[in-house]
Amino acid sequence: MGKFYDELCKDYRFKEGLKTCINCGTCTAICPAAEFYRYDPRKIVDTVQRKDDAAIEALLKSETIWYCGECMSCVTRCPRKNGPGLVIMALRNLSIKLGYFTESEKGRQVYPLTKALNGNVLNYGYCVHPATFAYSDHPEAGPVFEWVLNNKEDVYGRLGANYQGKGPGVLRHIPQEDLDELKAIYDVSGGTERLELVEKYSRAKAEEMGMSIEEYTAYTFNHISPGHFNNEQ
Amino acid sequence: MIYQGKQKIWSDYQKDIPDDHWFYVRSCIRQSFFPASEKYFLKICRDLLGKDVYETEHHTTCGGIAYHSDTIPQETAMTIVARQFALMKEAGYKNLVTSCITSFGNYTEIIETWREFPELEAKIRENLWKACRREFDIPEYVAHASDLIFKFKDEIGSLAKYHLVDGVTGEPLRVVEHIGCHYSKMFPHKGFGGAEYPCVLSGMVESWGGHVIDYPERRHCCGFGFRQYLVKANRGYSVSNTHKKFESMEPYHPDMIITNCPGCPYFLDRWQYVISEMEGKTYGQNGYGIPVFTYEEVAGLVLGFDPWDLGLQIHQVAVEPLLEKIGIPYDPKKKYLGLDGKEIMKPGLPTVLKCC
Repeated sequence: MGKFYDELCKDYRFKEGLKTCINCGTCTAICPAAEFYRYDPRKIVDTVQRKDDAAIEALLKSETIWYCGECMSCVTRCPRKNGPGLVIMALRNLSIKLGYFTESEKGRQVYPLTKALNGNVLNYGYCVHPATFAYSDHPEAGPVFEWVLNNKEDVYGRLGANYQGKGPGVLRHIPQEDLDELKAIYDVSGGTERLELVEKYSRAKAEEMGMSIEEYTAYTFNHISPGHFNNEQ
Repeated sequence: MIYQGKQKIWSDYQKDIPDDHWFYVRSCIRQSFFPASEKYFLKICRDLLGKDVYETEHHTTCGGIAYHSDTIPQETAMTIVARQFALMKEAGYKNLVTSCITSFGNYTEIIETWREFPELEAKIRENLWKACRREFDIPEYVAHASDLIFKFKDEIGSLAKYHLVDGVTGEPLRVVEHIGCHYSKMFPHKGFGGAEYPCVLSGMVESWGGHVIDYPERRHCCGFGFRQYLVKANRGYSVSNTHKKFESMEPYHPDMIITNCPGCPYFLDRWQYVISEMEGKTYGQNGYGIPVFTYEEVAGLVLGFDPWDLGLQIHQVAVEPLLEKIGIPYDPKKKYLGLDGKEIMKPGLPTVLKCC
């Protein structure tokens, strides 16, 4: 048994997600990611269950494990009760722990995601928040949401929100003692350690790529190279 | 009761949910993009149906989006959820109702994982005590907010001022329903109708007079995909999946779309705008889009609440043609007013997609 396979076996999602794959390809047929990306969950699960260390290491450094959208459509359809989406989550987790995520363009996106989402959780108590939702990063939100963001107090107030107010309600201010508890949860459960790890590996990669960390953040958030999609030559 | 034959088969797709006394937790996305939907869910449950739905200011995200974007370890997500359970216990509740499908999936996954691996539950109890000095009970029942609206759909129907029918012809409106992947794809037995026959939304639509459209990509994901939307470079995945759904539903000429998950209505609404800008294509009649609603908004319209109080002005796809088709009155002058009727600047207009 390979060392990477042994590591994956420690992950509860892996224990739940990999029984015995019969290679039928139902997961690939139902997968929204496989429709557009060069992505085949059947091959990934098969590679993992062969327990070949070199092949699993290549996966951990690859683009392909980052294509899944974690919709879990595969879980419903697998005739052997596997969860390819759960196997992907375990592979991503291991890729981050080992620092291999910086070896791929899609993997490097872990950095801007980690900064943005956990910044929101620890500062606002929610993963997404209008205070940090910049229209320049989200032009698809449309002119109506640009208007909302430019008039937050008025529009959210008009719609019954308690925007950044005290007490319960929509978009209330989360009391500092509750944010402190979230931080303490991160500290005891490996969340803080994960943030520091992603920071360390990403800074090293930024330096290797000759970028400041600000340039690296913007680049990983915005840039897409050719070659990810099925319909590309 | 002894179930036999088809009755037994169908019983597998039903679920009995408690009648009252719920601990409510909000959604990161629903409160940010559909704030009035959360307000009206509570108003309908508390004021119209007389239910006890409790909210504490101290609750937070479940961490589900950070978890499914692979930015926090599983133990962190579990301990955040354990804290929500502790707040519920401290408030004296046993039933949890969540405003978010990803949260619903997250809570369900965590409880099921603990059931299978009790040592992990013990570790999370230890984490929570170390971090917060709190203890929790696992909820006796976890529901999604739409489950409650489904349970009381006929009571809501009996109070209806409007129905999902064409006000002139009396014909049922043609409605697309979109369940959201994490409602029942991971744990089919936890959703009304399971993964094969989900009826949480179709039940509402039929109870309120509409006709549900079946179309080839009915169960396809909206395209959120967590990191596939949140990172700008990946949004081709997201819009492509929405595009696939709209191309599939277009021949059936839907009047409207009703959604379950907080993210799906945002994507199905906004990507229509983007597709119109990219390709010049619109999916509704006369240059409009197909209006997309949360289930709370649809319940609110049926009950006769003002469309602008329900927040329909912050959709990108105009809702006015549908309001007119049903015969729901609205005041166009009040659409973009601010707090307390204050005049504020109006939004800009898309290039292609027709807006009112």
